[in-house]
Amino acid sequence: MSALQKMMGWVDDRFPLTATYKAHLSEYYAPKNFNFWYFFGSLALLLLVLQIVTGIFLTMNYKPDAELAFASVEYIMRDVEWGWLIRYMHSTGASMFFVVVYLHMFRGLMYGSYRKPRELIWIFGVLIYLVLMAEAFAGYLLPWGQMSYWGAQVIVNLFAAVPFIGEDLSILIRGDYVISDATLNRFFAFHVIALPLVLLALVVAHLVALHEVGSNNPDGIEIKKHKDPVTHIPLDGIPFHPYYTVKDIVGVIVFLMVFSAILFFAPEMGGYFLEAANFVPADSLKTPEHIAPLWYFTPFYAILRAVPPLFGSQFPGVVAMGMSIVLMFFLPWLDRSKVKSIRYRGPIYKTMLALFIVSFIGLGYLGLLPATPVATIFAQVFSVVYFLFFLLMPWYTSIEKTKPEPERVTG
Amino acid sequence: MKRLKIFLFLLAAAPVVAFAAGASVHLDKAPVNLTDKESLQRGARVFVNYCLNCHSASVMRYSRLEDLGLTEEQITDNLMFAADKPGETMKVGMAKTDGKAWFGAAPPDLSVIARSRGADWLYTYLRAFYRDDSTVTGWNNTVFDKVGMPHVMWNLQGEMAPVYKTQGGHDVIERLELVKPGSVTLAQYDAMVGDLVNYLVWMGEPAQVQRKQLGVIVLLFLAVFFVVAYYLKKEFWKDIH
Repeated sequence: MSALQKMMGWVDDRFPLTATYKAHLSEYYAPKNFNFWYFFGSLALLLLVLQIVTGIFLTMNYKPDAELAFASVEYIMRDVEWGWLIRYMHSTGASMFFVVVYLHMFRGLMYGSYRKPRELIWIFGVLIYLVLMAEAFAGYLLPWGQMSYWGAQVIVNLFAAVPFIGEDLSILIRGDYVISDATLNRFFAFHVIALPLVLLALVVAHLVALHEVGSNNPDGIEIKKHKDPVTHIPLDGIPFHPYYTVKDIVGVIVFLMVFSAILFFAPEMGGYFLEAANFVPADSLKTPEHIAPLWYFTPFYAILRAVPPLFGSQFPGVVAMGMSIVLMFFLPWLDRSKVKSIRYRGPIYKTMLALFIVSFIGLGYLGLLPATPVATIFAQVFSVVYFLFFLLMPWYTSIEKTKPEPERVTG
Repeated sequence: MKRLKIFLFLLAAAPVVAFAAGASVHLDKAPVNLTDKESLQRGARVFVNYCLNCHSASVMRYSRLEDLGLTEEQITDNLMFAADKPGETMKVGMAKTDGKAWFGAAPPDLSVIARSRGADWLYTYLRAFYRDDSTVTGWNNTVFDKVGMPHVMWNLQGEMAPVYKTQGGHDVIERLELVKPGSVTLAQYDAMVGDLVNYLVWMGEPAQVQRKQLGVIVLLFLAVFFVVAYYLKKEFWKDIH
């Protein structure tokens, strides 16, 4: 026995190192037919690590103080060694995190990855998405630019629209009657410690649940149904390591090329990743002409604005916006189809999914624009389609004739 | 079916309709070229002479001008009027409260003005002042109506006056016309503003030249790495069918 083996034995007697490595990597059997859409899970994990590491370095130089915050970001951009790179990695990473997460969620919709027995994976995933939105929202206040300030003002005011407790709730969030230094400090605490902790815990739960039931695949069939009689390894399964680790490296490089192209040549991404108005320091006395949240929030912002106020209260819009996310939790039970994957579904589901995606992107686009009467009508139409996708799902998935699923994965 | 068709049409038409909203002033394209160090040096000179009396650039250090190919001595001798050490940032003596009292609004810090306003806006704005006796300063601007800032470089550009045209029953400014020549020609003035805006763009993010250079290297590295990773994957996967 070599010294290394001896050392591993010593550790394994005290900590399940080899067992964990086997369970999650070298003997975690994933379906062999993963396609393009299966890169985004590991990419999301990469971005989580990237955001945490760059975040740590930013925290070393950033000052969460209404008087100093804006200048401290510029200090990072100018005087900190490689500060501009760290900051742009973090800002580009934030938007790309959402790009990756949206594509990851779309994959789930296409191949029915939320269906039994993966309901908890999906629920953990939606929770991750919710916490990620909170994390991004808190983080966007920190540069203390005009859009940071007024965006936060608008969003926190949504909580004030809740009947009876709204006013107190919004004061509790801000720690003040307006967005102020107190708000900046608590958002900093949320952004750098509270929410990342929750996020990490949820990601662990997401992965543990995934590795318990095994990954879905583009055919939406269970590879565990056909196991080798001797080894009990799924016939269509391959060990995650080395097969998917080497494959994901290719995905990571392609992703990093896109990431770098943005980071090095268009870090503002035409105002979508870093808004021009956020290069003006926050001014509580000067409201910007047009306040738009960052692009990853705009679908929900558009739903909010699409709902007309009731008795002068924005609350119905707030409820609609909340419902648009809450509905996602119920997806595993709304879908009554006999098959999971879009490959074996009929034209109705495909049409509904296409309309849903068009509506989601349409809402995202409209949320960036000032609300005009015409834009509002479009937002209302898109919002209705968005909700019908979920609410009619039990009906249209149960009546639809599906194609027969194959016994084994089709590659 | 008909309703569905109308609905699908509406979906398709959405972006077009939405784009139709919102009109703004026409902006001229700014001649930004960050590799032109001479232009950036000229721009820096205009900046410290004309802007850096009311406007600060509070996160910009004088010493950073060395990136433009200037020596520390050149900077201290020619460009530093309001600081003792080249490591200091570009601050101004004018108090914010005074600025507000004199101009109606405190002159904004210009460190990242090119990133909030955009180069084309600045380039057009600085060439869009005209005589207007109805305002406090006697100047107005076609890009920024009733702006508090007077035409600081009027002795260079000269005095411009508006030429009106009637549009929808209102007189609107069609263009500006030189009525009293300044010390340089309009073409020279435009070039000077071009240098200044070029400098402002550079100052908005002094690391951007280095950023783009590094970007090329990073992308080349990733391209090579991609080839290696691709064949590694292929080698591992050749027995998977």
